[in-house]
Amino acid sequence: MKTMTCPLNGVRNISEFVCGGEVRAMPDPASGTDAEWADYVFMENNKAGVVREWWCHTPTSFWFIAERDTVTDEVLRTYPAGDVFTARRDFDAPNEGGA
Amino acid sequence: MPFGLLKYGLFPSRRVPRRIPPTPELKPSYDVVIIGGGGHGLAAAYYLATVHGITNVAVLEKGYLAGGNTARNTAIIRSNYLTPEGVRFYDESVRLYQGLSNELGFNIMYSERGHLTLAHTDAAVRTMRWRAEVNKHCGVNSELIFPNDIRKLAPSLNLSQDVRYPILAALHHPPGSIARHDAVAWGYAIGAARRGVEIHQQTEVTGLKREGNRIVAVETNRGTVACGKVLQAVAGSSTRLADMAGFRLPIKTVPLQACVSQPLKPFLDPIIVSGSLHAYISQSSRGELVMGGSTDPYSLYSTRSTLEFKETLMAHMLELFPFLSEVRLLRQWAGMADMTPDFSPVMGETPLANYYLDAGWGTWGFKATPVCGKRMAETVATGKAPDILHAFRLSRFEEFAQAGERGAASVGH
Ligand SMILES: Cc1cc2nc3c(=O)[nH]c(=O)nc-3n(C[C@H](O)[C@H](O)[C@H](O)COP(=O)(O)OP(=O)(O)OC[C@H]3O[C@@H](n4cnc5c(N)ncnc54)[C@H](O)[C@@H]3O)c2cc1C
Repeated sequence: MKTMTCPLNGVRNISEFVCGGEVRAMPDPASGTDAEWADYVFMENNKAGVVREWWCHTPTSFWFIAERDTVTDEVLRTYPAGDVFTARRDFDAPNEGGA
Repeated sequence: MPFGLLKYGLFPSRRVPRRIPPTPELKPSYDVVIIGGGGHGLAAAYYLATVHGITNVAVLEKGYLAGGNTARNTAIIRSNYLTPEGVRFYDESVRLYQGLSNELGFNIMYSERGHLTLAHTDAAVRTMRWRAEVNKHCGVNSELIFPNDIRKLAPSLNLSQDVRYPILAALHHPPGSIARHDAVAWGYAIGAARRGVEIHQQTEVTGLKREGNRIVAVETNRGTVACGKVLQAVAGSSTRLADMAGFRLPIKTVPLQACVSQPLKPFLDPIIVSGSLHAYISQSSRGELVMGGSTDPYSLYSTRSTLEFKETLMAHMLELFPFLSEVRLLRQWAGMADMTPDFSPVMGETPLANYYLDAGWGTWGFKATPVCGKRMAETVATGKAPDILHAFRLSRFEEFAQAGERGAASVGH
C-alpha cells in the first residue's frame, strides 16, 4: 500500500494520510455506561481481514472512510463519511447506534 | 595452530548433541498448555519446571522455535521507564538477565553497553529528567547528562548545534544492554526440555474448547489435547487467540521494522535512541549496526518491509552519524507487534478461570522475557497474579487506570 485515493484530493502518497481507527458505533452520550465507554475507547476488534476505518488526509484535514484488508495491505474502497453518516448527531437525543 | 584442534574439526564422527529434542507425539492431556513458543512461552515453561515442579507441560508453537518477535527484535534491555510500577518490573528483568547465562548454563552473550536517550527539545529534556528521578527513586541507575559527557560516551555522535534538531541532553542509563536474542530462547528451551517439558513445533492452535468458565481442551492442526491450565503468549496474534477464548483485548497488531548494516569495526559502545527523531542504533557483537524506529503508521497482519521506513529512518540517522551515508544495509525485516493504548503489557488473569494471558508486549517485550516467564509461571502455578503484575491487569482498562509508558517506550524499545 503506497498510495491511497482521497475522496476529495484523488490519489496521494500514503505518507500524507493518518489512520483514525475503526468505524464503530459510539455509546449513547446520555446513557452510556462506564463499561461501554471503556470498551469503545480502549478495546479493539483488531480483525485480520477487511476493516472499515476512519482516515484523514492531513494536508487538507479531510476525514473519510476507507475499507482496507489488514492481511494483504490493500485499500479496497474509500468514500466520504457523508455516505454513511447522513444526519448530524443530536447529542441530546437518544443514540441510534451510529453507522 | 594446535594439531589437536584441526583433527577435532575434521574428525567425521564428531557429533554435536541435539539439545532441543525433536517434536514428540502429542499426549492426550497436559497439566499446562503454553500457546506460543517464543521467548516468553519458553521462559514460563522453564520456571514452571524449575521453581514450581510442574513438568507435565506442552509448549505449542505454530512455526519454528522462537521464530516470531523473539527472532526479530533488536535486543535492547533496560529499565529506565517512566512509571514506578514499570521501573520496578523491568528492573527485576534486568537483574534476572544479568545472571541468566549462569542460571541457564548457556551463553546469552549479555553485553552491558549503557543506553542514551537523546533529547532535542525542552519538552524531551523535561521527560528525561522525570524519568531519571523516578528511576533513582526506584534504585535504578539513570541520570540526565549534557553534550560534554555525551561526547565522552559516544565520540562519533554528531553533537553539532548546526543541525535541524541539535542534541540538548540525554538520559544516561548505564545498565542498558543487548544480548543474543535467539540464545535467550534456546537457553530456556533447553532448560525446560531437560526437565521434561515437551516443545511442539509446527503445532498451530486452531481452536479452544470452552465449558462454562474454563478451557477444557486445545485444538491444533495435529489433534486435540485436554488441558488443566492454559497460558497464552503469542505476541502479534494475541487478538486471534483471545477471540477463540471469547474475551476482548485493547490490542492492535502493528508491524515494527528494523534493519542492519554491513559489519564495521567496533566504534559504537552505547545504545543510542532518539524519540524525537524516531530512530535508534546499536552495534552488535558482529559489528553490524542494528537500527530501527517506531512502529508502522497503521495496523497490519504482515511482516513486509517498506521503503518509507528506511527513507524516514535514514534521513534522521544520517544527522546523528553523517559518515554512515557510505555504509550499505545488509538485511531488513519486520515483526507483528501487539500494541496497547498505554504502552504497557496486559498480563495475568483473564475472564476465564484457568486461562492466563501474557500479551500487549508491543515493541518492548524482549527485555521482559525473564521476568514474564518467572511471574507468569507463578501466576499459572498459584492461580493468582502476584503483586508486581497488578498494574498490568486486563481489567485496568475498564477501571480507567492505565500504566502510561508512552514517553519511555514508543521509540526506544
Ligand atoms: C523489529 C522489532 C524490534 C524490537 N526490539 C525490541 C527491543 O530492542 N527490546 C525489547 O525489549 N523488545 C523489542 N521488541 C519486542 C519483542 O520482540 C517482543 O515483545 C517479544 O519478543 C515478545 O516475545 P513473545 O515470546 O511474547 O513473542 P514471540 O517471540 O512473537 O512468540 C510468540 C509465538 O507464538 C506463536 N503463535 C502465534 N499464534 C499461534 C498459534 N495459533 N498457535 C501456536 N503458536 C502461535 C508465534 O509463531 C510465535 O513464535 C521488538 C520487536 C520487533 C518486531
